[in-house]
Amino acid sequence: MHRPYGSGSLQPSNHQQPITNMTTYPVLDKKDTRSGFGEGLLEIGRSDDRVVAFCADLTGSLKMDAFAKEFPERFIQAGISEANMMGMAAGLTIGGKIPYTGTFANFSTGRVYDQIRQSIAYSGKNVKICASHAGLTLGEDGATHQILEDIGLMKMLPGMTVIVPCDHNQTKQATIAIADHEGPVYLRFGRPKWPVFIAPDMPFEIGKAQLLSEGTDVSIFACGHLVWKALQAMEELEKAGISAEVINIHTIKPLDNAAVLASARKTGCVVTCEEHQRNGGLGDSIAQLLARELPTPMEYVAVNDSFGESGTPEQLLTKYGLDTPDVVAAVKRVLKRK
Amino acid sequence: MTSPLPATAKNTSVEEIQSIASQVRRDIVRMVHGCQSGHPGGSLGCTDYLVALYFHVMRHDAENFTMDGIGEDLFFLSNGHISPVFYSVLARSGYFPVDELKTFRKLNSRLQGHPTTHEGLPGVRIASGSLGQGLSVGIGAAMAKKLNGDPSLVYTLHGDGELQEGQIWEAAIAGAGKKVDNLIATVDWNGRQIDGDVDDVMPLGDLHAKWKAFGWDVLEMQGNDMAAVLKGFDEAKSRTGKGKPVMILMRTEMGSGVDFMEGSHAWHGIAPNDAQLADALKQLPETLGDY
Repeated sequence: MHRPYGSGSLQPSNHQQPITNMTTYPVLDKKDTRSGFGEGLLEIGRSDDRVVAFCADLTGSLKMDAFAKEFPERFIQAGISEANMMGMAAGLTIGGKIPYTGTFANFSTGRVYDQIRQSIAYSGKNVKICASHAGLTLGEDGATHQILEDIGLMKMLPGMTVIVPCDHNQTKQATIAIADHEGPVYLRFGRPKWPVFIAPDMPFEIGKAQLLSEGTDVSIFACGHLVWKALQAMEELEKAGISAEVINIHTIKPLDNAAVLASARKTGCVVTCEEHQRNGGLGDSIAQLLARELPTPMEYVAVNDSFGESGTPEQLLTKYGLDTPDVVAAVKRVLKRK
Repeated sequence: MTSPLPATAKNTSVEEIQSIASQVRRDIVRMVHGCQSGHPGGSLGCTDYLVALYFHVMRHDAENFTMDGIGEDLFFLSNGHISPVFYSVLARSGYFPVDELKTFRKLNSRLQGHPTTHEGLPGVRIASGSLGQGLSVGIGAAMAKKLNGDPSLVYTLHGDGELQEGQIWEAAIAGAGKKVDNLIATVDWNGRQIDGDVDDVMPLGDLHAKWKAFGWDVLEMQGNDMAAVLKGFDEAKSRTGKGKPVMILMRTEMGSGVDFMEGSHAWHGIAPNDAQLADALKQLPETLGDY
């Protein structure tokens, strides 16, 4: 059913309160999400002495230096041996510790999948797998390091919680929040300096989607760096008289089914945005939900069965179809299918 | 840290432990026969080691199992396919009812084909079966003990074929590099794996020299001679706390205790038929009562 394009007015919905009434999010700063992890780790390390951090020779890249310096007895340098790191982390939970492992997303998942599957997930161990440099925005290092399959790998594991925060502040909040969650967690973040638009004191709740901007014509569900692209697209669309609702799905598993269904029911069409393969990612989870509960026209902004390559983050997002114009185009395509 | 546990689990004599080992061997062949599935060869070979560990060496609390095991010695089975011996020893030492052994590898059982924490079986602290992972886990658990100021020890067991996995050698570096000297790892050095002799499948070379070169304190032990096993454990324990992890290279015979299962890799992972079971049981006195 076609509806006239909305005005973009922001009336509070009955299922969530928007976190701001501004249609434009001010950029508070530009910071890397990995620094948010480093700050969060230090903070949770100070308040919870059960927290132990492992790193596989990427302490600087993961911004774990401050924790390592302040808590040398609770920082374990694992060297370039990620499989052993995952096993040691599993063992460390036996004794009541809360280990956080830190390395690149590629080495946090694909390289050690069986270790995570057997020693952590199947064994129900309380390990926090913290993964930086995920996706294309790793940039110049190229496809060997630009994992685009990690969300899928991790979400398929029974009992694994999968979190992809959208900016520096939210990554810090998530890093702190996962300590209180009993069970294995995959926390995915990245390398580039990126707009910071989530207020430092904004509540973060695992499994609870964040309504960033209300709209009536289309629902845009995004995670990670692409939340910012979705907000930029929302503004572009508003100029064209299209009212887009933007929801930050920072927790891909467990998915906030109620929030997704409420928004899709209201707008009647959906676009998903993620720095990941289309197969197995956020969009895949939402498509499964909609197919079961509420069949809805849907478009994906995601990498389409391809490896990445070297380039700057912005160049790569453009080339692989993950930039603001791609979100706008996906919205326009899906609106025609309503 | 105070602990209600005695210095050793029980002050058992060699004869008593040998008697328990006979019953455990009966359990193993009966369990594998009962479901016509499982791994009797390595289980029989490691029976003396595990019985000695649980009935004499380790300080542990079978009646009040906790996952964290604070104040207790911990054991991790890395070569999870020898689950029959692990389950029998756990049941016989009081972690769960002996009668439950009859559910081994059957639907809705806590005694999965390979050990898991997933079904809540007391005594199991990690899933194993995919090889090569248990040494890392043991090192992590030993590190946690140090962080907790817990003077207890951590034991791990591995197959020799398992040493072909790369993660073992990552862990070998870490165990020595991090001075994890509250860990006693043991390799079941039976020289056999599924496809044949280890020397034919993928030779391991000079194992003693390898572990020594990696920085471990290495000793060798005859694993199917109970007096030698007990002596070996005493020696291994005396070497803990000296800056190096301890490795016991334990010579065993796959299938030990059942004559027709000894001498080859054939009984790595197959079950006896009715006649073979009867033959095996004739060789293994029933000492504690069959389940």
